[in-house]
Amino acid sequence: MRKIAVVVFIIFFAFMFLAAYDMHDFGAPPSKMDDYIIQNTQNETGANNGVTAVVFDYRGYDTLGEATVLFTAIAGVMVVLRRRGENE
Amino acid sequence: MNDENGEGLSPIVKIISGMIFPFIMIFSLYVIMHGHLTPGGGFQGGAIGASAIVMLIVAFGARHTEKRAGEEKLSLFESIGGTLFVLVAILGFIMAATFMSNFLVGSAIFGEIPPFGSNPGILNTGGILPILNFAVGMKVIGGLSAVVLAMALVSKEDD
Repeated sequence: MRKIAVVVFIIFFAFMFLAAYDMHDFGAPPSKMDDYIIQNTQNETGANNGVTAVVFDYRGYDTLGEATVLFTAIAGVMVVLRRRGENE
Repeated sequence: MNDENGEGLSPIVKIISGMIFPFIMIFSLYVIMHGHLTPGGGFQGGAIGASAIVMLIVAFGARHTEKRAGEEKLSLFESIGGTLFVLVAILGFIMAATFMSNFLVGSAIFGEIPPFGSNPGILNTGGILPILNFAVGMKVIGGLSAVVLAMALVSKEDD
């Protein structure tokens, strides 16, 4: 068990070092996606705020999931903290 | 000025919080409805509005707040917001190609396209983004204040 843990540790750190070695230069754009969003957000969505355009338009599914998480949390609180005496 | 059961804080706090409550709600609506122009949006503006209602709960007491806005009403408000969100998303499926596509860009409602780069900010832009922001704002205002109200009422019942 201990040997397995050591091997997993070494593999993990080798992976981390490799990832750090392969990182982009400081300040370099990591992909073409941000350029695309900066150039096309105002034409495609009509919104000045690029963050809102990404959150609600390009990644609308993500926001729908967030809203669902909020809804589930509130439904859970309402179920747990239901007032006593209403059902008795 | 005090309630029948002596809930809430002193009359000074009650009057001041009652005076600044509408301004906080207006600021919250401003942050929500300008979500596609300025920093902020549905979640942030909704948190501001929910904090205004929480201020009322703290100042006036949970029982007094419950008479005006019970947690069932707030929860219903939240559910209306969530339903509006999903309905607009499904409408994108019907009016355009995909689920949650921005079908209002180019139309009369919220459909203007701003000039590229920085501009003063036209409110009538953004397609479905202002509507979705409004829906999420309703969700967050109703949900967070309903949770705080429910917790306050439960802690009141224990003693």
